[in-house]
Amino acid sequence: MNEATTLYDKLWNSHIVDEQEDGTCLIYIDRHLVHEVTSPQAFEGLRKNGRGVHRTDLTLAVADHNVPTTNRSGVIKDKESRIQIEALEKNCFDFGVELYSMNDIRQGICHVVGPEQGFTLPGTTLVCGDSHTATHGAFGSMSFGIGTSEVEHVLATQTLIQQKCRNMRVTVNGNLSRGITAKDLILAVIGKIGTAGGTGAAIEFSGDAFKSLTMEGRMTVCNMTIEAGARVGLFAPDETTFEYLKGRPKSPKGGAWELAVNYWQTLKTDPGAKFDEEVAMDASEISPQVTWGTSPEDVTTIDGQVPNPADIEDENRRNKMERSLEYMGLEAGMLMKEIKINTAFIGSCTNSRIEDIRAAADVVKGRKVANGVQALVVPGSGLIKELAEQEGLDQIFIEAGFEWREAGCSMCLAMNADKLKPGARAASTSNRNFEGRQGPGGRTHLVSPAMAAAAAITGHLTDVRDLD
Amino acid sequence: MEKFDKLTSVAAPLPLINVDTDMIIPARFLKTIKRTGLGADLFSTLRFNEDGTDRENFVLNKPAYKDAEILIAGENFGCGSSREHAPWALLDYGIKCIIAPSFADIFYNNSSKNGILLIQLPQEEVDKLMEDAERGANSTISIDLEAQEITGPDGGVIKFDVDAFKKHCLLNGLDDIGLTLQKVDKIKEFEARKKIAQPW
Repeated sequence: MNEATTLYDKLWNSHIVDEQEDGTCLIYIDRHLVHEVTSPQAFEGLRKNGRGVHRTDLTLAVADHNVPTTNRSGVIKDKESRIQIEALEKNCFDFGVELYSMNDIRQGICHVVGPEQGFTLPGTTLVCGDSHTATHGAFGSMSFGIGTSEVEHVLATQTLIQQKCRNMRVTVNGNLSRGITAKDLILAVIGKIGTAGGTGAAIEFSGDAFKSLTMEGRMTVCNMTIEAGARVGLFAPDETTFEYLKGRPKSPKGGAWELAVNYWQTLKTDPGAKFDEEVAMDASEISPQVTWGTSPEDVTTIDGQVPNPADIEDENRRNKMERSLEYMGLEAGMLMKEIKINTAFIGSCTNSRIEDIRAAADVVKGRKVANGVQALVVPGSGLIKELAEQEGLDQIFIEAGFEWREAGCSMCLAMNADKLKPGARAASTSNRNFEGRQGPGGRTHLVSPAMAAAAAITGHLTDVRDLD
Repeated sequence: MEKFDKLTSVAAPLPLINVDTDMIIPARFLKTIKRTGLGADLFSTLRFNEDGTDRENFVLNKPAYKDAEILIAGENFGCGSSREHAPWALLDYGIKCIIAPSFADIFYNNSSKNGILLIQLPQEEVDKLMEDAERGANSTISIDLEAQEITGPDGGVIKFDVDAFKKHCLLNGLDDIGLTLQKVDKIKEFEARKKIAQPW
């Protein structure tokens, strides 16, 4: 008799090449995304050992972390960034890997580009030297971030030595209230389970609140799975998934498409399958979320206030909270809505897709950015930028006083010229509010695109529902 | 990678929870195309003032801990990004072993692939080692990977668990890729089956 299995079990089982006695498995990798920051040392390792890339047809490279988002007609001014991108170009040329470099319209953030091109498909295993690879789980792909040694391992063998994660399910039922987005959902989940709550787990998202999300929304949710400590986030593929993928450049075509969809429809958790851990929430309880501290778990609602360390019993947690508030320049009891910002960043692999840009544009339309606020929109890819321009969204932002930029990771991790200055405070649609993440001394409040747009307009953290 | 079997060193206490990879090595230092040289910027924000001088109160700047090869830290060490630059920076600085109540998954994998031993212990035992470590130059501890034992400064022994395969690789300094390439026939068989079952 076959045991009932989870979606994650199915994906894992169908990719085992070899299993050792202790349960460690050699797992086949179907798709590998490569970028300039975590790959140079891997290619160097291949060269040193006289090895090639095992399957160039399953490997796709994109320049994203370091690229400037302003004028790209000249050379990159930052010498180290330039060297890293040139190294990627040379490595891809030498080893025969397809590359979307800086001036390719298809260039963008690797976790935006993979799905957009149909490179990401249900039922696959997909890896990249970047923790936000969890994003691709939105398609029912077992996707996870790896380090550079593992990048080299995949390039050389198309496999990885892995141990299976435990199964965890997060169920949110009910309808999302007006103004509540995928970003608010996942921030609320992280607030509930904590930044280590998913350590060692693959999380499947289920329930109508998740199922009702678009592919863009599902990607936002899976993207931030890693901020709950889990390497893998998963949605069972459904009609929404197939609709998104149909006709993409690298999606299956013709008869192969029918075959693929038939297979993808089998990719779901069996009734009665056991999860090691279950978490449930009610969608109607979720309000717009905003972070106050320096970990994504430091989150509250926009109606809330900065918490008081004196209320925390555990010494380690109390110390961490005191340290966070000092870094953030906040006092216990301050209302979140009264916190003034001077930067708004709409972008990153979490929230730079067309739906995110449309949601922000809806808020911005006919309004002006507050005095003293720098507001940026950095689309996730050249193709998204082009589509947004066809829809006239760029003009809405520019007329309001936003800067409309080229695609890349930008101020999410401040590896290029887009940085917060020390002490600057941002409403940001990115994924991490760690100390110094958006620039040394910079202060980050994580929010949804509509909320970041609202903050740009008023100059302080704002409930977007109050702007209507 | 270098073999890891035994290590005796002063242990430096870093009693922070959720030490993230941006803290270990901020993104602005990831522009290198080499694995070496990152130790100079390890814990940059915690370690240095804005003018580049040492922050005296940071543990690795105190004379007693300058040569520490062991760190004792709080839970969820290494959370955040997948950057292997984090273990490279630790190793380049000279840290070869970290003891904490828990580690983030990707950081755990990355460390073992670079010969750094991560030891997960119950909170009470970490608290005890943290207390010992506060004793500065007198806080020397010894780690024996083969025996899976930590000997504290007062001679007390703590046993620890380690994944059997990772232990084997650490003890022998084995390169995963070499091991996997011995299974290339199995990989090719898998690919042949897949090509028939999933032709897309």
